[in-house]
Amino acid sequence: MKQLHFKPALLSLVVVTILTGLLLGVRLTQAGTGLTITGASPDVLWKIAGAALFIFLYNLLRDYIEAVRGKLPAKPSMPLSLSKLSDIVALRRLFWCFIIAAAIVFPFFANRGAIDLATLVLIYVMLGLGLNIVVGLAGLLDLGYVGFYAVGAYSTALLGMYFQIGFWPGLVAAGALAALFGFLLGFPVLRLRGDYLAIVTLGFGEIIRILLNNMTWLTNGPNGIGNIEKPTLFGLEFSRRASEGAQTFHEFFGIAFNTNHRVMFLYLLALLLVLATLFVINRLLRMPLGRAWEAMREDEIACRALGLNPTAIKLTAFTIGATFAGFAGSFFAARQGFISPESFTFIESAIILAIVVLGGMGSQLGVILAAIVMTVLPELAREFNEYRMLLFGLLMVLMMIWRPQGLLPMKRPHLELRT
Amino acid sequence: MSQPLLEVSGLTMRFGGLLAVNGVNLTVNKGQVVSMIGPNGAGKTTVFNCLTGFYAPTDGKILFHGEEIQGLPGFKISRKGMIRTFQHVRLFKEMTVVENLLVAQHRHLNTNFVAGLLKTPAYRRAEKEALERAAYWLEKVDLLPFANRTASTLAYGQQRRLEIARCMVTQPTLLMLDEPAAGLNPKETDDLKALISDLRDNHEITVLLIEHDMKLVMSISDHIVVINQGCPLAAGTPDEIRQNPAVIKAYLGEE
Repeated sequence: MKQLHFKPALLSLVVVTILTGLLLGVRLTQAGTGLTITGASPDVLWKIAGAALFIFLYNLLRDYIEAVRGKLPAKPSMPLSLSKLSDIVALRRLFWCFIIAAAIVFPFFANRGAIDLATLVLIYVMLGLGLNIVVGLAGLLDLGYVGFYAVGAYSTALLGMYFQIGFWPGLVAAGALAALFGFLLGFPVLRLRGDYLAIVTLGFGEIIRILLNNMTWLTNGPNGIGNIEKPTLFGLEFSRRASEGAQTFHEFFGIAFNTNHRVMFLYLLALLLVLATLFVINRLLRMPLGRAWEAMREDEIACRALGLNPTAIKLTAFTIGATFAGFAGSFFAARQGFISPESFTFIESAIILAIVVLGGMGSQLGVILAAIVMTVLPELAREFNEYRMLLFGLLMVLMMIWRPQGLLPMKRPHLELRT
Repeated sequence: MSQPLLEVSGLTMRFGGLLAVNGVNLTVNKGQVVSMIGPNGAGKTTVFNCLTGFYAPTDGKILFHGEEIQGLPGFKISRKGMIRTFQHVRLFKEMTVVENLLVAQHRHLNTNFVAGLLKTPAYRRAEKEALERAAYWLEKVDLLPFANRTASTLAYGQQRRLEIARCMVTQPTLLMLDEPAAGLNPKETDDLKALISDLRDNHEITVLLIEHDMKLVMSISDHIVVINQGCPLAAGTPDEIRQNPAVIKAYLGEE
């Protein structure tokens, strides 16, 4: 039945008039004892009238418009092959290449603050990817992940302080030491699961922090360690003047000194570490070990019945997860130049865990997205300083209600059997 | 007669004051289908759990291939070729069907960390063989079209078949099925019977079965062991069991 919708049309006319009026800046302001309308130039009023008339007529004649539209030729339907674009491997590769290329050229166009923030995001991406192994794949809830991050950071700092070991060997040492700690923590928690595991790991994270705080003779306690050696590019330093027996970047290439060079270098270094992490984890996922982690998460008893050694599999998950935290920690220490136990509180663990959960357990793209959200949003929300944690909590609650599987849940790999 | 594949003598399992299994003896010869029957709570599954290393038996001896295995951890026993299913389906639910089969072949694969990172030829070959074996068994249990579906989306009967396929890809010698026909419809039970016969006749698999479906047990078994309240009650061929007055009284019901 075609008919004129008079009442809804009138209603929308009123709503549009009021809303556009407000939006275009028509205000009632107090002038003396009375009120005057400001911002209502004839130009603005014409626009409001036009919009209102349009919406009034559209609603009034809705049925007739629909009828005319129905007679128009239909849109060509999209071929099925196009709608499954995301399944095509080559296109997905292209997508990743594009993302990586964009990430590489980013620092050459962005300002210093943005690059700094991006570097921070990359550190969290690395941490998120590492924790994702333990929590997302192996299903072991680890609340003390920041402990390994601290081990990595302090290894680099202490080795530099006591033995004058530079960033690169320090990075390797940090990874190895964090792996060792992951292995050691793995032993006592092998029999635990769920809540009990979470509590023990939480305790472990706190133990590390408190030890760092109290072993003043070694770690300088709450005063922290400063003057940590900056990363170098094949021995080229990023400072104004070279230290003894070294050369600086700008001298070597004969360009003017610019403090931005160092920021850009740090960003690219972090990017390199993240790409390496992504590569390793991607391969791990499709390796027997990665599958065994997931199987362990799904059903440990079935795993044992099938001849999988649960001890070895859980230990590797803890160890490899911790290694990535160690690398991230080492980079963090070198970037900041100063670390103290303050940087490794429980809230850091919580944020990393939130990144994993928000992104979608086991999903790598999800973790990257979530790391961006979790790092950039607090920066943008600086104005709401006091309410930041409130917003943060609200975000988590809403996520858990509407999308408990995370932003981008993990996709199962498709395996081709017999072509 | 050569050495039996599995020889259990005086198996006893005590949980505190509860004597769940008391002196069970069991001999399984190669290429046989042996069934274990008994009323609910008789201790059949406990026997299974002792054999496969989920419980360490309080007393008794378990010889598998002439080797004592009692008290070994479960994963070591299953690596010797004794593999089991569970009373309730235990699949890796969030993983795909074919991934379930790949996980089961873990110890046959190249698990070297570096080899996997670099995808060496040896690693690729092992993965390819595993995929082929998975495809072979999926075809056998009619699940090939579902290879890339998540295991939890399969129907119940399909899940049970997948569980058997997952055992078979580990290349076992002794397959232990804990109530495989529970919850299956008559047609699916017939298919299961055909599958078990096929495993015994064409794949040199020995099967140890716990089952309540008497029709299935009687038609397929070479040997039946009856357990009642943790104690062995009778053992023999299906015909002998059918005639045994004690079994009739305890389990099949008096006429």
